[in-house]
Order: sequence, then C-alpha cells, then structure tokens
Amino acid sequence: MPTVKEILETMDYGPAPESASEVTAWLQARGRFGHFIDGSFTEAGETFVSENPATGEALAQITQGTTKDIEVAVKAARKAAPKWAGLSGHERAKYLYAIARHLQKRARFLAVLETLDNGKPIRESRDIDIPLAIRHFYHHAGWAELVAEEFPNHAPHGVCGQIIPWNFPLLMLAWKVAPALAAGNTVVLKPAEFTSLTALAFAEICAEIGLPNGVVNIVTGDGATGAALVDAEVDKIAFTGSTEVGRIIRRATAGTGKALTLELGGKSPFIVFPDADLDAAVEGVVDAIWFNQGQVCCAGSRILVSEAVAQEFTARLTARLGKLRVGDPLDKCTDMGAIVHPTQLARIRDLVAQGEAAGATLIQPETQLPAKGSFFAPGLLTGAEPANPASVEEIFGPVATLTTFRTPSEAVQLANTTRYGLSASIWSENVTLAMDIAAQVKAGVVWINCTNQFDAAAGFGGMRESGFGREGGREGMLAYLKVPEPKRKPETKATDFTARPSPETPSAAAIDRTPKLYIGGKQTRPDSGQSYTIAVKGRELGLAPLGSRKDIRNAVEAAHKASGWGKQTGHNRAQVLYYIAENLAVRAEEFAARLKEAGHDPKEAEATVRRAFHYAAWADKFDGAVKSTQSAKITVAMNEPWGVMGIACPDAAPLLGFASLVLPAIAMGNRVVAVPAQSMPLLATDLYQVFDTSDLPSGVVNIVSGPRDELAKTLAQHDDVAAMWYCGSAEGRAMVEAESAGNLKASWVMENRDWAAAQGREFLSRATQIKTIWVPYGE
Amino acid sequence: MASPTSHPSVPRNPGMPLNLSWFDRIAVNTPAAQNRAAQLTTRRSLKKEWQAAWLVNAIRCIDLTTLAGDDTEARVARLCAKAKRPLADHILDGLGLDHVQTGAVCVYPTMVRAAVRALDGTGIPVASVATGFPAGLMPMNLRLAEILYAVEEGAAEIDIVITRAHVLEGNWQALYDEIAAMREACGDAHLKAILATGELGSLRNVYKASMVAMQAGADFIKTSTGKEGVNATLPVSLTMVRALREYGARTGYKIGFKPAGGLKTAKDALAWQILMREEMGTEWLQPHLFRIGASSLLGDIERQLEHHVTGRYASSSRHALA
Repeated sequence: MPTVKEILETMDYGPAPESASEVTAWLQARGRFGHFIDGSFTEAGETFVSENPATGEALAQITQGTTKDIEVAVKAARKAAPKWAGLSGHERAKYLYAIARHLQKRARFLAVLETLDNGKPIRESRDIDIPLAIRHFYHHAGWAELVAEEFPNHAPHGVCGQIIPWNFPLLMLAWKVAPALAAGNTVVLKPAEFTSLTALAFAEICAEIGLPNGVVNIVTGDGATGAALVDAEVDKIAFTGSTEVGRIIRRATAGTGKALTLELGGKSPFIVFPDADLDAAVEGVVDAIWFNQGQVCCAGSRILVSEAVAQEFTARLTARLGKLRVGDPLDKCTDMGAIVHPTQLARIRDLVAQGEAAGATLIQPETQLPAKGSFFAPGLLTGAEPANPASVEEIFGPVATLTTFRTPSEAVQLANTTRYGLSASIWSENVTLAMDIAAQVKAGVVWINCTNQFDAAAGFGGMRESGFGREGGREGMLAYLKVPEPKRKPETKATDFTARPSPETPSAAAIDRTPKLYIGGKQTRPDSGQSYTIAVKGRELGLAPLGSRKDIRNAVEAAHKASGWGKQTGHNRAQVLYYIAENLAVRAEEFAARLKEAGHDPKEAEATVRRAFHYAAWADKFDGAVKSTQSAKITVAMNEPWGVMGIACPDAAPLLGFASLVLPAIAMGNRVVAVPAQSMPLLATDLYQVFDTSDLPSGVVNIVSGPRDELAKTLAQHDDVAAMWYCGSAEGRAMVEAESAGNLKASWVMENRDWAAAQGREFLSRATQIKTIWVPYGE
Repeated sequence: MASPTSHPSVPRNPGMPLNLSWFDRIAVNTPAAQNRAAQLTTRRSLKKEWQAAWLVNAIRCIDLTTLAGDDTEARVARLCAKAKRPLADHILDGLGLDHVQTGAVCVYPTMVRAAVRALDGTGIPVASVATGFPAGLMPMNLRLAEILYAVEEGAAEIDIVITRAHVLEGNWQALYDEIAAMREACGDAHLKAILATGELGSLRNVYKASMVAMQAGADFIKTSTGKEGVNATLPVSLTMVRALREYGARTGYKIGFKPAGGLKTAKDALAWQILMREEMGTEWLQPHLFRIGASSLLGDIERQLEHHVTGRYASSSRHALA
C-alpha cells in the first residue's frame, strides 16, 4: 500500500472495494439452487454454472428448468390463484409492503449479489437498481390497496408467466412481480440464465415474509425453459428481452387467448440541439450509453447532434470518455463494470467491427482493462451514417454512434428512421423546441434534458418493434387486469365471393347502384376489377367491390397521407364526429330501411348516431395524466394515437359494428383502413357518402370490402400499419396475432359480441398508446 | 513576496478585451448540473490511506480564514499559528509526514500586517479581502485604495468582491471595467474574484460573471464571501469550473478556483477535490490552482485524520484552536 506521502504525489483514488463476504458465505451455504415452487425450494436438478462476469469464476450452480418443472410451477400458481385474488386489496397490500420493507432491509446484500452476478458497478446496483425495485413494491402495495376502487369491473388474468432479461435482474423482477401481485395474479417467473441469483434471493424473501405458497414461483433455466413457460397453461405472458424473441413469443401465443405484453429492444435517439447545455448533454451520454455497460434497452445509443455544435460536442464527449473508470464492479470508484457474459462481449465486438468496416471511426480511451473477465472499453462511433449496421442494430454495449443533423425536422426524421421506438432523449434549453420534438418522436418514453429516468409511477414501454404494453403506474396495472368478457354472439355464415354473374339471385333495385371502395376520400374501383354478389335470402341487394392486396396497399398509403388528423384538436375531431351523427340522423330512416332489407336490426341506425355522439363527446376528454414521480420533474403521460390502424369489422351488425370500432379509433386521431362486414358491406359503403358530407378529411377512413380474413392478413402483415383490431373467427384471430409479429404491431382480437353496449374507455385506451415525457425543471 | 498561487509552469492570466460572444448565449441547465454534482460523490470514494492523503491535501489548499468584526491582532496570530502547524505532531507522525501547512491565511486589510508578521519565514502567503468586502458597495476610488493599502501592508493575494448589480443588470462592460481596474491595482498580488454566487440568481449568471472576471484578468475565481445566504455549493462550483476550463481551452491560461463558505466537513473537502479532479485533473488539486476558503473545516479534517492514525474517534478539545 502506498504511503500518504506517495499518494500526495499522484492524488490517485485508490481501491474502495465493497465487501462481498456476506454474499459469498450465502452462496456457499446454499450450494446448488433448485427452483422456488409452491413456497419452497425444490431439489436441484440438472444444473449449469452462473459466473461472475468480472472474473469468470463460478458463483453458483443453477437448475435448468424442464417442461415438467414449468408445469408443476404453473399448477402451484393456479392452485394459489383463487385465494390470492380473493384476498382484500388491503391484505395483498400488506404482503407487498412487507416485500418492499424486506428488500430495503436486505438492500446491501442484494446490491452486492447483483453486482457479482451481473457485473454492473456497485454504484448502480446500490443507487439505482435496488432502490428502484424497492420503490416499485411500495408503489404497488398502494395499487393493491386501491385496485377495487380504482379499477372497478376489472379482474386479474389469473396465472402470469413472466420472463425477464439479465441487464437489470432484480429491477425487472420487481417491474413484473409487483403489478401482477397487486392486481391479484399469481406468477411463474423465469429469470435470465446469466443472472438468476437475485431472483432466488427474492424467493427467500417471499418465504421470509410468509407470502402464501404458490403466489410467486421462480423457475430458472435458459431459453428452452422460457419457451416452455410461454407454451404452458398460463393466462398472460409478460416478456422483457430482445425483439427477436419477442416476435417468437408473439407467434407462439397467437390464438391462445393469452394476454401479452412485450418490452423489447431499442436504438434510441439522443438528440442534441445547438442551444443545449453541452456539458450537461455530455453527462447525459454518460448516463445513457455508459450506464450498465450500455446493456440498456432504452439506452441513448444513437447520438444525433446539430452540425452547429457537432465538433465541440464530440471533443467534449471524447475528453469525458477518458475520465471513465472501467474495472472491478465491486469497487465504489468504478463507472463501468463487466459485460454480462463472454457471448455478449463477442456480439459487441462483432457489431463494433461491422460499424468500423462500414466506415465509422471508433473513439475509445486508453484504458487498461482487467486481465480477466468480460470487459469492453466505452466507445463512440463517429461518422456512423444511418446506413451503417452500427446505427441500425442494437449493440447492447457501451458504444454509441454519433451522426449530425442540420435542422430540427431532419433530427426528427433521423430519430424516427428506425424499426424501434422505445425512448428518446432531447437536449435543448428551448422548451418550445424540446416539446415540439417530444411530440414528434416515435418513442414510448421521452426524456427532455435528462436520460434514463425511471419511477414506479411512470409508464415505461415502447412503440413499434420495441413492443407494446406499459410497466409502471396506472397503465402498468391495466396490463395485469382484464375487463370481463362481453356477451358473445355467433359469427354469421360464410360469404360467397364468386365474381361471376349470378342470375339465380336477381336484383331488386330500381336504379342500379354501384358501391365502390373508399380510399383517400375517393370512391375507387377495386384493383381486381371484380365485384361479388351481396344477397339476402336469395335476393341480390347489389354488387360489392372485391378488394384485394393492392387496394389495402393503396388504402394504407392514403391513410398515411392524412397525418394531419392526429394533430387536430380533440374539439375539431369532435366537430366532425358530431357532423357525421347529424348527417346520419338525416338519413336514419334510409339506413334503417337498408338494414331491414339486409335482414339486420334497423335499430342499428339510431344506435350508430348515438355512438357517433358518444365518441364526439370523448374526443376532447380522454386525457393523459401528470405522474407523481420525483421532485422537480414534470412527468406527463400523453395518450397518442397509433397512427394508421387496420380494422376488420364483425360480419354481424354491419353498421353498428363498423361504427363501434372505427369511431373510437378516429376520435383518438388514428386513420383507419377498415374491412366492413364481408357479407353486408353495403351499409359501410353507404356511409362514405355521409363521411363525404361531414368534413371528414380524405384518408382518415378508408373502406376496402371483400374477404375479411384475406384482407386482414394483408393488414396484419403490413409493416406500415401500427395497430390492428380484428373481430371474427378463431382462425382469423390466431392469424392476425401471428401475422402481427412482423412489425410487432399491437393487435386486439375479439369475438363477435353484443354491439349495443360496445363503447367506452376500453376502446379508447386500445386506440391509443401512452407516451411518457419527463421534464426536469429548476433555475 | 512571491505568491504560491504563482507557479513556474503557470504563466499568469493577463486578461483580454471583453468578449461577450464567449458567454452571452451560454446554456446552463440547473437540474442537470445538480444531477452531475450529486453523482460526483457517488461515483468516487476514498478509503484508508487515500482518504487520509486527500484530507492532507485539502489542508494544503485551505485559505485559513478569519473575517469577523471582533478580529484582533492576537486572534490573527493564533490563526497563523494554526496555519503553520495545522496538525498535531502525533497525527503528522502517524501519517508519515514531516510538515504540512495551509495554502494561505485570509484576513481583513487591517489585519494583514499582523498576519504577515506572524507568518514570517513560513512562506505562507497572506490573502486579504478588499474592495468593501463583503457587499462591495463602496465608491470605486475607495475600493481601489483598499487594494493598494492591503498590498502595501504585505498581502500577496487580494480577494475582491464584485458589484452584484452589474451582473443582475447584465452590465458586463461595467463588471469587466471594475475587475480590470482592481487587477491593475493589485500589481503583483494575485486577484481572486469573489462572485457572491448566492446573490446572482442563476447558474447562467454564475457562468457569465466567471467568464467576465477571467477576461478582466482574475487569477482565481471564488464562489462566495461566506456572508451570503447561500455560499459554495457543488452545482455552482461545477458551473464555475466549467467556465474556467473553457477559458483555459480558449486562451491557454490556467485559472484557479476557490470555493468558500459552506465547506465545513472532511466529507465536503473530499467532494470538492473530486469535483476538481474529475472536471479538471490533478493539477487543479494543487494550491496554485485550488484553494478552499474555510475556518471550521480544518478542525473536522484534523479529527478525521486523528481517527485514521489512532483508530479512535477524536475530540476537538485535544486539538489546538485556530
């Protein structure tokens, strides 16, 4: 050890290690870990080694969960579910409160364990991971207390299967388990195989506080164990991890009726405007990409900086890079610890090499990395053009790309040119500009002049291929609750789409009417040039245009062009909806007669007028919220429309069914491509005349009639459709969910129902996604 | 007398014409500054010998200060005695050090002569506050005369106060002219510009006043008189340090930094040194570029160092009074 005199010469920091003795003693005492099922640990089965990534040394033997293990765990959760859901909110709150308290009492132990297992610096596990996990349980103890009051007519799903990643092991466990338990679900959780230890310690805490057996079950293992859980008899799957696996899970759960929330990858923009506090933005980058070794789904990994300050910013960032200390994660002076596993290290190296090969320049400080363990020096890839693989792929390591932009609109364009949409960080002292950009970026979470802010009260989750569903706050609770199933009604019989003349069903109309497709505000002939016969009881009511793939393509393009609709005020959209109601009311008798002629309930016409009034009323009232998160930070949850939605309407209730789905969607600012009732599209095609006279802008509603499932498939597969609603057959529902995996669009599939009561908040929250915007303030 | 604030390798800042473009559109985001300041001490930790060494270094950088209405020559002599021998012998021995002394002694102008006398032969410079300290609201000729008086009495460093009104009114030319005149009056004595940041209203103003002071030729920029409602804080210090870093990057001149008022504990002494090391580098941990204005801080450091040496918690009643 150097003397004080020698240190006075160098002014080095010296070692400041956190002791791991308590944790290593625990690991030795525990030996090989089994699963935690039905309140106790099972015997260890076939095991694998969990390593300390900073040293490569073995920490523990973990059991590889089998399909049988999953079955047993799910059975235990199922058995525990009714009693747990039947407890009063207050009783559940007491358990969650006890968990929070005990996590707090074991905070230091858990922080050290997390750092040993994951490789993250002790500063982060101590100051960020563990405190946030504790906060999550406190917050949700509150939701357990209030759930009956605040979510009337909601019920828990039952058994939730939860699969979490290795980057924030205990925190992700908290994000999954706390809301599930608060809502009255029981869970089977599978931690990531690299980092199971804090989950196993958490299991001991569940036992310690006397949580009823089977409420929390933890089954360890790799991806195969996770796949078994996805396939098991659970009611909901919640997954955080890669987009690739998220897609597999979307396909695997399609048509099973399992609820699903996905929190996936990202390539989040970090936008620096010339009027930003550049030193603050530099520290922002440190907290964005050099946090948790860059293994953060919402990491600001694409730095976009104004050309006006790019040189200056890059210089400061490069200087700052040299100050980062990489090394022993248990040392309190360490900024960056170890990469979680050698396989991840190899992936980072590979992607960075690809980035360099494609023309980017890697800036890395001269850092002495530890001789053993998985370490990667923090870096910056400059000159990484948007086409560079390093700018496109999620590196999931401590390397950000840096690209310049000229104007705010170009910044938005660059920011949004990605398949992801998890978060964005915006740096500008101009609040007008910052809020404008916040509104335009496609991201579930937006941080203005800050980054990586989290709180249990604020929703977190992505848009686009970053997944769907939110964790945290009221919106996070909704992901673990369901509204009671509406009364089901049978599907109507199959439709004949034959395009040849059908003399056996003679037309009754006096003057021949020619319904067309309605695309971009124009009545257009179908691309196929064909029509199919709409007949009721052997009598032809008319010919309907037979839409096809190309008509869907055109309709989606038209819908995209109508982007102004989402930017209009709620009041303006209400005015249009009222006008639709007014014009429909004028023609109500005609619609009623048409319905009657078609063999449907003529009262649908009057009900549709009321529905238009209903959503006109809602158009300016489905408010967001201001969240109680941290002091001096305004945290706003905004309900944003999806953008372009596909809606496949029920075959029954050809007018009211159409209106019940299309009107809430457009009331919230979406543009819609709708497939009307396939056996009776003529009500919808009559409706476009009403739209035309009601000032509905062109392209807001587009109608493509024809074979529903075929057209729905094209919509579900369309990468430029953000959300999809489908009402129809079991096969159709499974198809839509499976095909939605392509761009991970949010899909809502339903059976035919009693449409008279089908309105309200559920439709509106399904028609929107929440964007959470954080704005710290203070002078 | 040569001042230790001068250093062979560090040429003195000559100042430059006022240039508003260096600061008039500066952005300082307060929550971000607070966040960075809070992380400085959670990202770095000093233990054992290293903590002891850094605390000793803090002593080397202290401007041991008495600025009270009841100061007497005997009181100043006592302070100087502490400055010469800030640590009890057994602590010094325990640390394996031969000698430690504070960076300077800081007093009112009428106490300079007594301090110079008491410090004769030690090499410890005497700093004097001047220019109508602490409010500075005196006629300019009297303020300049006060500087001349203090220099004449033997002060090697002059801690001047600025006219806060110039900052609050955005009158940068007036602020520049004032400090430039003071710098001229200082002659060879080094000028530390006290910005009284607690009265400037915003971190942007702190940055701007820092830049004007350096352009006018300040050798050091200093946070506070110790008499404002809010004195040195980490976010304010961070802002000033970033300004002097920027000035250095543009001109090549190294400017010193002196937080004053509010640093009372050994932990504070470590926090500010971590700030200097992280934002600037180890050179700014030396007394020619870093000073801490403090009175009670030394007592706490001495207690912590005694604990380091003996393993027992210390009582201040066993240490010499400053």
